[in-house]
Amino acid sequence: MQQLLTTALGGLTLGAVYAAFALALCLIWRSTRIVNFAQAPMAMITTYIALVIIDAGHSYWTGFAAALIGGLLLGAVVERVVVRPVEGKAEINAVILTLGLFILIHAVAGIVFGSRYRSFPAPFGVRGLTVGDTSIALTGFGVFTVVAVVVVMGLLVLLFRYTEVGLRMRAAAFNQEVARILGVKVGRMLTLGWALAALVGSLSGLLIAGGSLVHPAYMDSVVVYGFVAAVLGGLDSPVGSVIGGMLLGLSLSAVSGYLGSELVPLAALVILMAVLLLRPGGLFSHHAERRV
Amino acid sequence: MFEVRDLTTSYGPVRALDGVSFTAREGRVTAVLGANGAGKTTLLRTASGLVRPQRGQVLLEGRDITRTPAEDMARLGLAHVPEGRGVITELTVEENLRLGGLHRPARTRAADVERICRLFPVLGERHDATAHVLSGGERQMLVIGRALMAAPKVLLLDEPSLGLAPRIVAQIFGLLRSLVASDGLTVVLVEQNARSALSIADVGVVLNLGKVVVQDDAAALAADEKLRHAYLGF
Ligand SMILES: Nc1ncnc2c1ncn2[C@@H]1O[C@H](COP(=O)(O)OP(=O)(O)O)[C@@H](O)[C@H]1O
Ligand SMILES: [Mg+2]
Repeated sequence: MQQLLTTALGGLTLGAVYAAFALALCLIWRSTRIVNFAQAPMAMITTYIALVIIDAGHSYWTGFAAALIGGLLLGAVVERVVVRPVEGKAEINAVILTLGLFILIHAVAGIVFGSRYRSFPAPFGVRGLTVGDTSIALTGFGVFTVVAVVVVMGLLVLLFRYTEVGLRMRAAAFNQEVARILGVKVGRMLTLGWALAALVGSLSGLLIAGGSLVHPAYMDSVVVYGFVAAVLGGLDSPVGSVIGGMLLGLSLSAVSGYLGSELVPLAALVILMAVLLLRPGGLFSHHAERRV
Repeated sequence: MFEVRDLTTSYGPVRALDGVSFTAREGRVTAVLGANGAGKTTLLRTASGLVRPQRGQVLLEGRDITRTPAEDMARLGLAHVPEGRGVITELTVEENLRLGGLHRPARTRAADVERICRLFPVLGERHDATAHVLSGGERQMLVIGRALMAAPKVLLLDEPSLGLAPRIVAQIFGLLRSLVASDGLTVVLVEQNARSALSIADVGVVLNLGKVVVQDDAAALAADEKLRHAYLGF
């Protein structure tokens, strides 16, 4: 029982982080049909920004806010400077550019921040809470992680569903040409979409780093799990991505708890292959095929 | 009023429009007719800024809009209902309609949606449905309604009758006719279905291989048997 609870709670926390990362990938995919491989190092950079600010003596929350704002700006700049010039060309061009960006950001981070491990603070306890006299695997920071992801997802849903800019963004994502003739400035919407995606990516970077160690490659495995989560939920659906992230976190936590942590990457791969073979549009797709 | 002068557009080596000139007058329906590949769609896409012309001008109420970006056209009063309709099927009927009125003041948006739903009662009934579930005729009404949300001066329609039952076509064309009469709208109606189009048009322009073959009163075109056989297919 204790084991099950530990596994489930650990899975939820992990799942929330994958969910945030998957959501970031999904926001870009649905509007530009690009898988942004640079998402992980972009989140790594913004986490370092937070670390530098916190190490300079400012509060955790100042660093946290700076990282999110940094993500917003970084996303916008990447879309404008890197992706925009290949807009309208084959999508593979942009994907390869994001791979190039991956390598570039890594190199820059190694030079600027050094490649040693540095510890990153957490705003809440990372010890298990105690209920009565049993200690459970739920940590204060774990709760914060889940809440932060749920809040961000909720805000995005509100933005997309109930605001005019959200409507414009969705129109631009679904049909650029029709959006243009209706007066939507599609380029601006794409910039905004990348900015929001990078903000959510930054959040996942901060949540993984909290109470743990960061180094220039600390986010790289997350890009794999985040991608599996996004495919699991259907790359086109933000809500699906979040559910996919949660499911993946729970599954991998179970694999790690009951079978051994060395099997986790293998399990992720098996899940990815199973989804692509059985439901290429994701678990929640209505269409039989994903349009690629 | 809507006018094109010497409009010429190419796709690489293919010259799709070759020096096309005509005027669509206010409060009139101008039908642009011609076989598949005649350049009708290219004409509308060039006019609304989706494709750049090599030569020539597009004028809206006398103002040169030739190099205006497509996203500014709605604000200037030009609405384009594209070929294949352009319903955004992932959005609801109401969201599609709201997109039509983006540059109108936000406070009149709800009233505008209501006005369109009175015009097309089926849209009112399916207000919150995803546009995906609409039939072909309902989709056509939705895109026309969406274009009207912008309160345009000029409405460009690309083959609205395509794939629709004759009864639905008659209904939609009837509505168009009454809108033109009541709002003084300028309509450019692109059709392969020349017989239906000429039945509601005031004037017809016949295109062939990117050139204007003839332009005349709709009734005169419909009465010209040789022309009908050669270019209009009826
Ligand atoms: N995107 C395009 N690229 C290349 N050629 C095109 C394109 N669109 C249309 N054409 C060509 O331009 C000509 C006119 O096409 P179009 O304007 O679609 O005619 P219509 O709408 O009258 O059927 C045709 O020869 C067509 O093959
Ligand atoms: Mg056509």
